[in-house]
Amino acid sequence: MPQNEHGTNTHYHQHDIVIVGAGGAGMRAAIEAGPHLKTAVISKLFPTRSHTGAAQGGMAAALANVEEDNWEWHTFDTVKGGDYLVDQDAAEILAKESVQAVIDLENMGLPFNRTPDGKIDQRRFGGHTRDHGKAPVRRSCYAADRTGHMILQTLYQTCVKLGIEFFNEFYVLDLVMTEYNGEQRPSAVVAFELATGDIHVFQGKSIVFATGGFGKIYKTTSNAHTLTGDGVGIIWRKGLPLEDMEFYQFHPTGLAGLGILLSEAARGEGGILRNASGERFMERYAPTIKDLAPRDMVARAMANEVREGRGAGPNKDYVLLDLTHLPPEVIDAKLPDITEFARTYLGVEPYTEPVPVFPTAHYAMGGIPTNIKTEVLSDNDTIVRGLFAAGECACVSVHGANRLGTNSLLDINVFGKRAGIYAVEYAREADFVPVPENAISDVEKLLAIARNSTGTEKVAVLRKELQDTMDKNAQVYRTEESLNEALDKIAELRIRYQNIQVQDRGKRFNTDLLEAIELGFLFDLSEVLVMTARERRESRGGHFREDYETRNDEKFMVHSMAYKLDKTPVKPGEDIRVDWKPVTVTNYPAMERKY
Amino acid sequence: MADDIKVIAEVPSFTVTLMVRRYDPEVSEEVKWVDYDVTVYGTDRVLDALHKIKWEIDGSLTFRRSCAHGVCGSDAMRINGRNRLACKTLIKDLDITQPIYVEPIKGLPVEKDLVVNMEPFYKAYRDINPFLVASDKPEKERLQSPEDRARFDDTTKCILCAACTTSCPVFWTDGQYFGPAAIVNAHRFIFDSRDEGAEVRLDILNDKEGVWRCRTTFNCTEACPRGIQVTKAIAEVKQAILKGRA
Repeated sequence: MPQNEHGTNTHYHQHDIVIVGAGGAGMRAAIEAGPHLKTAVISKLFPTRSHTGAAQGGMAAALANVEEDNWEWHTFDTVKGGDYLVDQDAAEILAKESVQAVIDLENMGLPFNRTPDGKIDQRRFGGHTRDHGKAPVRRSCYAADRTGHMILQTLYQTCVKLGIEFFNEFYVLDLVMTEYNGEQRPSAVVAFELATGDIHVFQGKSIVFATGGFGKIYKTTSNAHTLTGDGVGIIWRKGLPLEDMEFYQFHPTGLAGLGILLSEAARGEGGILRNASGERFMERYAPTIKDLAPRDMVARAMANEVREGRGAGPNKDYVLLDLTHLPPEVIDAKLPDITEFARTYLGVEPYTEPVPVFPTAHYAMGGIPTNIKTEVLSDNDTIVRGLFAAGECACVSVHGANRLGTNSLLDINVFGKRAGIYAVEYAREADFVPVPENAISDVEKLLAIARNSTGTEKVAVLRKELQDTMDKNAQVYRTEESLNEALDKIAELRIRYQNIQVQDRGKRFNTDLLEAIELGFLFDLSEVLVMTARERRESRGGHFREDYETRNDEKFMVHSMAYKLDKTPVKPGEDIRVDWKPVTVTNYPAMERKY
Repeated sequence: MADDIKVIAEVPSFTVTLMVRRYDPEVSEEVKWVDYDVTVYGTDRVLDALHKIKWEIDGSLTFRRSCAHGVCGSDAMRINGRNRLACKTLIKDLDITQPIYVEPIKGLPVEKDLVVNMEPFYKAYRDINPFLVASDKPEKERLQSPEDRARFDDTTKCILCAACTTSCPVFWTDGQYFGPAAIVNAHRFIFDSRDEGAEVRLDILNDKEGVWRCRTTFNCTEACPRGIQVTKAIAEVKQAILKGRA
């Protein structure tokens, strides 16, 4: 076995299908693929630690179990919710396949809440309406306020049942692209085994990225510490484009000061947002559906209340989520976890006191561009054969400029399943692409630089400065000036990053080393986000430019496509090219977005 | 209304001492208790203090964590002698006049600092068939009454953090014992009206390393960060073995 200078070993594995990430999308893909072909799932974490488990409110599907509903209404809501940047063919698939996706999960054993007659119960959620916006509709299938937890557990349980092979606490650092039959094809991924420091090369015919999001570019976020965007960053470093990266969702109701998520289900069950004087301010911003307007609108309304001096608390820097009018038994039955978060972390009793909340960085609408078969694209329409992506890391695009609540748990199930199906279809016909001799050289270099760094800068300090600048300059409100400030700051941090210090010199469970490498990915993704946000000189969905306050369909009803250029930038961002890609429109021409 | 709101941002900082059990076999086989003074705030949790040590004082301090709000189950550890999630334990709720003792959960091999080898724990979980066993192939959803759904609600909350199993004195002395978490997850399916695999699971747990090893010390129930009535669930499984599932 080849051993390198650090005394670590290199191992080689071969599977027909290699899935990176063991959250909802990765495991849903594995459940499709595992029974047919030799499949490996590689995860940074033990599977049930994945952040799908933190999702609370529900999964949308027009089951019509409690009132009239259909997939076409769901499609319309998704398109409108996404401020018309949604690819409508993809949204149609999402809505049509949602019913089967929920039934699949129920059949696997997911304990959904039930109606009195034993069917899956459904509740209201932001932006989901009956008959094209007439009134809120009960579309969200749920299991108390731990729907993501139950999805993650159920998918893992099913993987155990099927004997899926997992490589847990393996951190994928590189995708090996190889010239084959005149085109670039993925041949393997290279991973770092946390327990030993060893390197593993996983050769696969089909490689599926299901690596989740990157909320840790922001300071205030609902995302886990581990959500550092490594998967999206790897794709970027391979010279493949990223789509719609400027669209980042801020969830309205994070616990003030902490960012811990309080589900939109709180408002779906009747919770009301109030400002310092107790006013239900959403009546002014969205007269028809009020507190159940889409997240981008509610988050901006909250930020605006605070900016205009109507915030609550000693610093007037948050608003209040009022559940006090709900019967305690409803709270206990339907919102037990989130009310416990309020008690545990803020010492607030939601039965009797309103809960301090403020928007928290929550979800990346953009990511790795794919088509509806989850095949990764290398430009507006060229497929990278053998490479797939699904879930938050991907941009298919069903969320457009703003994702509706409950559409992400749906996304991972619908497109995770598709990724599994199409990865099998491809691998059945394809050959293994040979892995080049030097497959691990980039990873060895990356690890060696971090391992041998003896500088003076602390990773945690640089990360905090990055997160501070992103919160300040690229959050709910943005301007050309603020984005340029962020860009300059990132450039400064990158220089300081050359002088970092990794204190842990060991091979085993070296999380110090890991955090240093993760920070590199955070820089890359922040920079792409800021660059695309700067180039999109309009306001749409989650992207709001104070210097361009309106939506400009003539110029910007297009997806952004960012490309990494092979050159050293003189000015920050010069090594990023922003191009555009048409939106797929089927039935719904862009209209003004009013609720 | 605003006057009623508790002041959350203005809690002053204070200094606490953490005594952390350190072990890194690459450096030395010796286990050391190392003390660290850190400045924290009223909303800070033990996880925040550990991060402060790692990020500001000693980058080699090693522990698992992810979601940081008590749902992923990564950071179960022994804090002042009790199993807790570090991200759910507010420092202000501990006795801060004394050092806060932090050590790995007991009964699983320590790999490095607060990181243990979880594999024996996961294996016990896998061994009780933690998945729905059903022979029907429904075209739609299976029906289940709200009452039948409520029957196993409590045990669906498990996040596999191992706080319960590694608080159990029987597990400490006999690593072969399935332990509370595996039984909780068996309970979740045994009492699910849609499931047909109860008998097999009950047979497995009727084994000499099964439920009968439980001495009803209630440590598991006290340790569970999700508030699951673990001891009650074990008792119900015992009853089901004796009398069939009710």
